[in-house]
Amino acid sequence: MDRFSKIQWGPGALAIFIGLFLFVFLIVPVGKVIFVAFQDPNTGALTLVNFVDFFNTSLFRESFINSLYVALMSVALSSAIALPLAYFTTRFNFGGAVLIQTLGIIPLIMPPFVGAVAMLLLFGENGSVNLIINDWFGFTIPFMEGLNGVILVESIHYFPFILINLSAALLNIDRAMEESAQNLGASGTRLFRRIVFPLAMPGYIAGASLVFLKVFDDIGTPLLLNINNMLAPQAYLRISSIGISDPMGYVISVILVAFSLFALWVSFLALKGKDYATVQKGGGGLMKRDLRPWEKIGCYAVVILILLMVLSPHIGLALLSFGTVWSFSVLPDGFTWAHYGNMWRTADGYIYNTLLYAGLAALIDVVLGTAIAYIVWRTKIIGRKWLDFIAMGAVAIPGVVLGIGYLRTFVEFNVPIVDKPLASWWVIIVVALAIRRLPYALRACVAGLQQVSVMLEEAAENLGATKYRTVRRIVVPLMSGAMLAGFVTSFATAAVELSATLMLVSAQSDAPLAYGIWEFMQSAAGRGPGAGLGIIAVLIVGIATYVSYRIIQRTERQRSVGAVVAEQA
Amino acid sequence: MTDIRPEAVGVTIEDVSLSFGTTEVLKGITLKIEPGEFFTFLGPSGSGKSTLLRAIAGFGPTPAGRILIGDDDVTHLVPWRRNVGMVFQSYALWPHMTVRKNVAFGLEERKVGAREISSRVDAALDLVGLREFAERRPSQLSGGQQQRVALARTVVVEPRVLLLDEPLSNLDANLRVQMRRDILELQRELKLTTIFVTHDQEEANTTSDRIAVLNDGLIQQVGSPMELYDNPANRFVAYFLGTANLIDGRVEFEATTPVFQADDGTRISLAGRELPAGAGTAMFRPQDLTIGKAGADDAAAGGVVLPGSIRHREFLGSLVRYSVRVGTREILVDDSHHAGGRIFDVGEDVDLHLDVDRVQVLGV
Repeated sequence: MDRFSKIQWGPGALAIFIGLFLFVFLIVPVGKVIFVAFQDPNTGALTLVNFVDFFNTSLFRESFINSLYVALMSVALSSAIALPLAYFTTRFNFGGAVLIQTLGIIPLIMPPFVGAVAMLLLFGENGSVNLIINDWFGFTIPFMEGLNGVILVESIHYFPFILINLSAALLNIDRAMEESAQNLGASGTRLFRRIVFPLAMPGYIAGASLVFLKVFDDIGTPLLLNINNMLAPQAYLRISSIGISDPMGYVISVILVAFSLFALWVSFLALKGKDYATVQKGGGGLMKRDLRPWEKIGCYAVVILILLMVLSPHIGLALLSFGTVWSFSVLPDGFTWAHYGNMWRTADGYIYNTLLYAGLAALIDVVLGTAIAYIVWRTKIIGRKWLDFIAMGAVAIPGVVLGIGYLRTFVEFNVPIVDKPLASWWVIIVVALAIRRLPYALRACVAGLQQVSVMLEEAAENLGATKYRTVRRIVVPLMSGAMLAGFVTSFATAAVELSATLMLVSAQSDAPLAYGIWEFMQSAAGRGPGAGLGIIAVLIVGIATYVSYRIIQRTERQRSVGAVVAEQA
Repeated sequence: MTDIRPEAVGVTIEDVSLSFGTTEVLKGITLKIEPGEFFTFLGPSGSGKSTLLRAIAGFGPTPAGRILIGDDDVTHLVPWRRNVGMVFQSYALWPHMTVRKNVAFGLEERKVGAREISSRVDAALDLVGLREFAERRPSQLSGGQQQRVALARTVVVEPRVLLLDEPLSNLDANLRVQMRRDILELQRELKLTTIFVTHDQEEANTTSDRIAVLNDGLIQQVGSPMELYDNPANRFVAYFLGTANLIDGRVEFEATTPVFQADDGTRISLAGRELPAGAGTAMFRPQDLTIGKAGADDAAAGGVVLPGSIRHREFLGSLVRYSVRVGTREILVDDSHHAGGRIFDVGEDVDLHLDVDRVQVLGV
């Protein structure tokens, strides 16, 4: 305790500053949204009348059920895609494992709404695939009809959450877990049902609840597919068409937050007290076996089919961006660079804004993330856990809710010099992005800090470095890899954020890439240039993801030496 | 436990070889383990001892050769049909099941009735003294308790053979001594043929009826702990079990008397021994020498006198171990210690008296 007493004011002041920031830009706006939802629009008194109205309106009831249906079906379809892939990689010596791992992150580098229109052209009623099926078999499959389209697009994009979590859970099962069961007489499906499946369950549920949350909150995909009767789109439509005072947007927001919290709670329950990572030092994961030739062919067939499916939005987007006219045909009639030219005339502003907003937001996230990590793990400041908790809580706040909250809260707050309400100043977009992506950067920073042994700091202090000097010369350099990884993750995901941005962009000149794609995709003529812009977005995010992957790999290699030393001590 | 236990069975290993890819891990192992015996595979890491144990349990690639449990050839049998109980180094307790469920697992797989399962699980937990922990999760137990659960989970199914894969390596020193006694007691009580894998000579010596010393995929020697210590078959066994002074040289004959001629010129007459001539290694333990002042005519000590000077001294409580420079080599000597006893200092010149009767000549 003593060693903190002398320097308590430094981190203390920092903690108060961060606390204030989170209070103003996270707690107040969200609190405001919830409060308004329970407020009588005319008298201002607390009431449940808005909720009664909500459930008495058939459109909203339908939207609610649709959202639930789409989210659950997306979990089911994502599971159907992810389960075989996870199984192949963890149980067999399968050359396609690398393919699966790569394939696992490709969908994540593009938000679902970007590829939605391209998917319509590939899988829609008159899309390429159905034209071919119709030619050969004389019928069509309604892949993209109504809610099916949303489910398909969301599943293709979010199944990696299940794949990654489930694979990790399977890989973390020590071989001895399985062998001891065999030794006691279990085999085959009984072994799987009683040992492997329960041990992998927490990982699966964590992934599945994340998919549920993402799909339930998504706004861009249904809107671009012209599906308006879902919750998140309704929230946006009510606020943008009827106005900021319409209580229905707030009611929907409360429901969105409630379901997000529910999904996180389920995932928390699944993982709580079940750190099933059982791999020992030197122990391998589950037993792998070689595949017989025909099994190998079967596995590759499944993997390639899924890969084609997963890449279809990207393929479609590329075709769309280079195609001339693409309608009622398998492929576009011809190819051209013209869309990129058209796009470029208006897009340089979008790209500049995106780099500026996402860059600033990621910078804020890393600074806050490092500070919060340090305060939580290295100081005894009272309430430090709350700082962590609240910052992580941003995960549960859908972008559209944060957007509505900002509009409502900051619309009357005039920024002095620019003489604008804060709610319509571009800086608010940066703040929204920073708040939304803070959990990602914070996790990276905490992981980085936890790998720095306290003893390394104590050694520096023992040699005469003050707390501040220790942080600067020891902690930050050792954390730099993690901080950089956190920056890139925040940057990449902020660059394609749409839901909060959609609410907060007040002038064309302030709009970022995601908003630009959205704008272009609204009209048939804009689809080509919009797809071109989408390709640019994929490239930005793809490069950023690759960079962060390399950074993490490099730091892990460097870490391994220090980790051994720390472990022995 | 039920009163009538199955008759203890032996394990026969016939010319077993096994490779991982191009690496030969076992190179023709032949062994016979007697029914009811506490048998140990002792060897350094990479010696193949764990691989051999796992082959008996049916894990890993199918080896060449034959493995018999009792009279049954199990070489090609799947692990879950062998009925050999294995305790894993990591214990491998399933974290999603309570202690009771863990212990009941094997009986459930054997389709034993619910009532019998319940009573046998209770009995097994009583045996390891963990009845009151039955409803806990493995993560709520200490390492030693987890070890006991793993043991209970294995013996409850009444396996024909008990296999222990370095079961004590994850415990701290005090607990290790306690656990190895408990395991031995349990083994004696159940009269269960047991194979124990370890790299720790003390563990092997204190528990085993017989030990097989393995190195580099080959059996170096099989015997009781004392036989191995007193009559090691080769350098490796001499070095791995206890501390040994090893001097390379050759056996020559002066008339009919064999003499060990060390490479550095030291000669040790081995009158009355029957030894073949040729290259060999003289081996003697630190306690086979006595240490005395240089030049002192200590006729009582007798034996060959090796003059040298003290390089290091380690005080080990009941004895003092000196490292003495003799010619170009260092010889370890143990001198028993008691309060007020004689102590030599580093740098002091001393004479070592070697009792030649205790010198063994090992083949190359």
